[in-house]
Formats: sequence, structure tokens, C-alpha cells
Amino acid sequence: MQLIAQIAFFIVLVAGIGFFVFNIRRVIRNIKLGRKVDRSDNPGERFAKMAKVAMGQSKMVKRPFAGFLHIIVYLGFIIINIEVLEIIIDGVFGTHRILSFLGSGYNFLIATFEILALLVLLGVIIFWLRRNVTNIYRFLGSELKGWPKNDANYILYFEMVLMILFLTMNGADYQLQLNGADHYAQNAGIAGSFPISQFLLPWFEGFSNATLIIIERTAWWLHIVGILIFLNYLYYSKHLHILLAFPNVYLSKLTPLGKFDNLEAVTNEVKLMMDPDADPYAIPAEGSEDDVPEKFGASDVMDLNQVQLLNAYTCTECGRCTSECPANQTGKKLSPRKIMMDTRDRLEEVGNIINEKGSFKDDGKQLLDNYILREELWACTTCNACVEACPIGIDPLSIILDMRRYLVMEQSAAPSDLANAMTNIENNGAPWPYNQMDRLNWAKEN
Amino acid sequence: MAEVIKVSTMAEYMAEGKKPEVLFWVGCSGSFDDRAKKITKAFVKLLHEAKVDFAVLGTEESCTGDPAKRAGNEFLFQMQAVTNIEVLNGYEIKKVVTACPHCFNTIKNEYPALGGNYEVMHHTTFLKSLLEEGRLKVEGGKFKGKRITFHDPCYLGRANNVYEAPRDLLRKLEVELVEMRKCKSNGLCCGAGGGQMFKEPEPGNKDVNIERTEQAMEVKPDIIAAGCPFCNTMMTDGVKGKNQEGKIEVMDVAEMIANAKDL
Repeated sequence: MQLIAQIAFFIVLVAGIGFFVFNIRRVIRNIKLGRKVDRSDNPGERFAKMAKVAMGQSKMVKRPFAGFLHIIVYLGFIIINIEVLEIIIDGVFGTHRILSFLGSGYNFLIATFEILALLVLLGVIIFWLRRNVTNIYRFLGSELKGWPKNDANYILYFEMVLMILFLTMNGADYQLQLNGADHYAQNAGIAGSFPISQFLLPWFEGFSNATLIIIERTAWWLHIVGILIFLNYLYYSKHLHILLAFPNVYLSKLTPLGKFDNLEAVTNEVKLMMDPDADPYAIPAEGSEDDVPEKFGASDVMDLNQVQLLNAYTCTECGRCTSECPANQTGKKLSPRKIMMDTRDRLEEVGNIINEKGSFKDDGKQLLDNYILREELWACTTCNACVEACPIGIDPLSIILDMRRYLVMEQSAAPSDLANAMTNIENNGAPWPYNQMDRLNWAKEN
Repeated sequence: MAEVIKVSTMAEYMAEGKKPEVLFWVGCSGSFDDRAKKITKAFVKLLHEAKVDFAVLGTEESCTGDPAKRAGNEFLFQMQAVTNIEVLNGYEIKKVVTACPHCFNTIKNEYPALGGNYEVMHHTTFLKSLLEEGRLKVEGGKFKGKRITFHDPCYLGRANNVYEAPRDLLRKLEVELVEMRKCKSNGLCCGAGGGQMFKEPEPGNKDVNIERTEQAMEVKPDIIAAGCPFCNTMMTDGVKGKNQEGKIEVMDVAEMIANAKDL
């Protein structure tokens, strides 16, 4: 019986982790559909930023209440995972509380886990209330209707159930140890310290050891299986940020937010135009990249770079970007969060085509128009409020800009007022139709 | 104020075989827009007062390409940038000061990769350095005790982390500096950036400048101080839209200092 349990555990564990790895490899494959971008510079500074922003949650606390609750859940998640390590060892080797040889240190650990579990439970309940009962602007966006809202709630239910199972398991275990039950009781005394689950003991009063063992085992199994299910749920949900936030912050932009990249393909063209010695009729060398002129800007996910696609998988749809967006606040269609959600949805769609057909075949759809509307793109003031607001270094503005570049340079589809301003710049060096020769007139006026 | 300060161009300096201490990049707004020209003139008065040896490009100056770039026209941006860089490098410019955060951001951050490397300063930072060097004296004057709120231009604040220089200058004016609910890195845009200045806003339920003006009105200022000609226009329009003309003035930090000194 014990051996069967061990084998079953091992199979569940390998299957759970294996399927997760299978999906993560798909995520990586999809991200690699994007253009390459070099972020290998300044590893020290990048690491420091990751330590501060991702590990240290420095931007989360800009909103103190949500930030504080998030830190509790985050710490709980990381620290309680030490317990998962013990659960895995116990499961594979059929032991019970293998780490209890640590003595008082073990008691301290278990006590810490219990207190954190309670705090996480409370935190998650408050999160649920914020999402479902109170009217918080960023949780009311139209892009959250349907699946995204359910998804967010499922994650919260998962965490509530896992914490309750953890405490139930500990409570039943404690009672069994007090009863001196075989396999549970240890010679050295009680293993673990149960500051929270001790309050469950009155419920267990009068239960036989057999019943208690069933409760303890059920909670133990559901807890670890639940964790594995949750792990696999990450890929299907918005919750990948618990892993991707770290590389995402590491790879985020270090330069001033106002610095937008200069398109190299354009630089080459401009140099050619400005160079009096260039031969405009020169035929590109055979096989060179110039055979197919590079597309300017982005109309689909493959035109975006790999960091932008990682951004899309990392976004957890918290909506801080959208709530800071001047366009969104004044009722325009633009929502930076939707830009990220659309990018991910389209990338998943492209990925599914590759899964089915082996390679990407045109499906008559693209990110522009089928997901992100021009009206959204043209509402942006490029103010960087969304980039500043993101607690994990996502840059929705760079996607908006790349899509504008496609609209303007590939399609000449700028709004007419804007097109006029650009014509003016081209003709007379100012966005308004003034003569460049009048540029110094102000100096003669009084 | 009959005296018109002589503003020299780089071409004139070159002809005399001289080099100025700093190039004043005026920008399109500062050159052509009636409201922004007042900021330009106020800043020139301060430069003159502090005996700064400066020159402008005059008719050789052209749009930095900022609105084109943010609107997605990278091609036009780079054409503008390369042309401007040729002019600037031709005059061996080392230091640039501008009263427009968009020009500031573009020349400082986006020109280097195209061969234009200069020390670029926003006029508030430059004025602050003049103050610290003792070349310019700023005292409260007529603004003493007035309630002032500073609207952070996106391309000065969030884009380049300059938050304190304009505020330090305002404090020198002995004003009562009050902050809006949304300020510094959380500041709300005036609504002009990214090419919006030159187009009608997308459909919505409010204009961004009205929203921002309402935020300013919450702190009941006598003056909304700005550091950007576009913000200035947007906030001025916002104040008009809220029928607050006569109650709230919108002024550039440089204008306030020049005014306080009765220049």
C-alpha cells in the first residue's frame, strides 16, 4: 500500500512537472518568433534592477495597500515552497516530515509557514473582495469581461483552497501526533509547531485515528496535486508573472524612458540617401539580406521583438498601466493592458497554428485590426505613464510605437491632421506651415 | 521694454571666428507659436541678464523630428535628425539648451546614435546652474507667497527624470509650492505628446487637458507653472475651457523668473 502510494506520487509528480515543461517550451518557441533584440549589456545593472523591482517589489508598493497584500502573498508563495520540498521528499520516499530532525529550527519553519498561510488566506480573500465587490477602476475595464475576470478569480480560489488544505493537513497531523499514532508520532516529541492549525483541533475531537489519517492524507494529497495543477494552470492563465517577472525585469529597458529606439533599417536608407557617392541603382549582393526589404514597424506579433513578446506572456493584467493612461482616463478606447493581452492572445493563436500545421500559415488575421484597433493606437500620447506604472517592467508603449510605424511607413495611414503636420516638417522644417526663413523673426519682435 | 536684445546666430559667431558658451535651441513652438515666443523671449532676457554668451541657429534650425518619430514616421525623423546633426556638428556645438522638453529629449537621447553628441540641458536645469554659479539672482518679487503648482512635462519628468530643477527655481521665487494629486513620476500628461498636438483627439468622454486642468484646480493655484510650450498651450486651453481665466494663470518657469525680476 505504502509502495503504491509512493509510485503513484512519483508518477503524478513527473507528469505534472513534465507537462509544465512541455508548455513552457512552447512559450519559449513562441517568444522566439519575434525579432532578436540585444539586451546582453550591463548585466550588473540589470541584475540590480531585477533584485530591486522583481524580488524587492519596489514598484508594487507605489500603491501601498495592494502592494502590502501582494508582498504577503509573494512571501507566502516563496517561503511555503520550502514545505513543498519536504512534501515531495516524503512523497517519494514514504517518509513523514523528513526535515523534522532540524528540531527547534523545524518547529520555527512550520510555525512560520502556518502564520504565512493564514496571512495569505486573508490577503487573497481581500483581493477577491477588491475584484468582485468594490468598484476599482482598473478591474472594471471592458477587456476583463469574461475569461480574464474568471481567470483572476480561479487563481484566488486556488490559493485559498491550497492554504486551507495546508492548514487542515497540519491540524490533523498534530492531532495524530498527540494521539501517538503510528508513523506520525515521533520519539523526540511533537514534530513541528502549529500556532494556527492548533485551533482546528476542537473540530477533530472524538475522531478516530483512522479518520484523522484519512483527513490528513486527503489534505496532503490534494495539496500537492493542487500545487501541480496550479503550476500547469499558469500557462493557461495570466499568472505566468510569478516566474517571468524576473527575466522580464532583467531584460527591460535601462535607458531613459523618453529614448525610443532608432530603426536601423531606416538609418541605412537615410545614410544611402544622404551619401552623394551612393549608387541608387546598385544591385544588392546576391543572397544578401537586402533581397527582401525589411518591413518597417509591426502589424503582427512576428514583427515585434522577443522582449515585447516576453512582456505579453509576463503581463498579469493588474491594470495599473491602464489606470494611469491619460487616454483611458478620458474615455478613449486605448488601454495599455489590452495591448498586452491582445499581443499574447494573437501570439497564442499563431502558436496554435504552428502546433497544428508544423509551421505558421497565413490565417488571414493579424495583430493590427483583428486585435488592436487603429483608434487605440492613435489615442496614445507616448507619455510613458503605462511603462512607469508597470511593477514588472512591461513596455506597452514600444508596441504602440512599432504599430504606428507600420501604419505610417508601410501604409501611409496616419490621421490626416498628423499627415499634414509631417508634410509641413518635410517641407518647411516645422509641424506648422511657417516658412523656415521666418524662424528668427521672434528676435526682432518686441 | 523698448530695448530689443540682440540675438546672434551661429553663422554670425562663425563669421567672427567666435564660439558661444551654449547654443540655445529654440524649437518650432518657441520660434512660431505666439504664446511660446513669449517664453523664448523671457528666457533670452534671463540669458542676457546672466551675461551668458549664447547663439541660436536661426533659419538653419529645423524640427528635431520628435513629433514625426512618435507618430511612427521614423524615416522623416531620421532625415530631420541627420540634417540637424550635420548643422550642429558643422558648428562644433558642444552644449545645447532648450526650453522644449521634446527637443531636449530627442537631441539628448536619440541623436547620439545618429552621430550627434552634445551636452543637452532643459532651460530649467540651465537656469538652476546659473543660479548656483551666482550668475543669476532670483528673488520672490511679485510671486512671493502665491500658490503655484508645477505641471511635470512627460518628456522632462518621466522620460528623463528631471523633477527638481523647475521646483528648485520656483522655491527661489518664495512661492507656496503645492503638488497636484498626480505629480512627478505619476504626473498626468497634458494630452499633447506623441503627435496629439497636431491632431484631433480620438473619441472619448473628455479631453486630457481638461482632466489635467481639473487636477490642478483641486489644489487651488494662482498659477500653473509649466516647463514645456505644448503643456503651456494645453493647460492654457484647459483653464479657458473651465472658465478659470483671470483666476488661474499658466506660465513657464522662465517667464516667472523674468517677470519677478521685472525684465
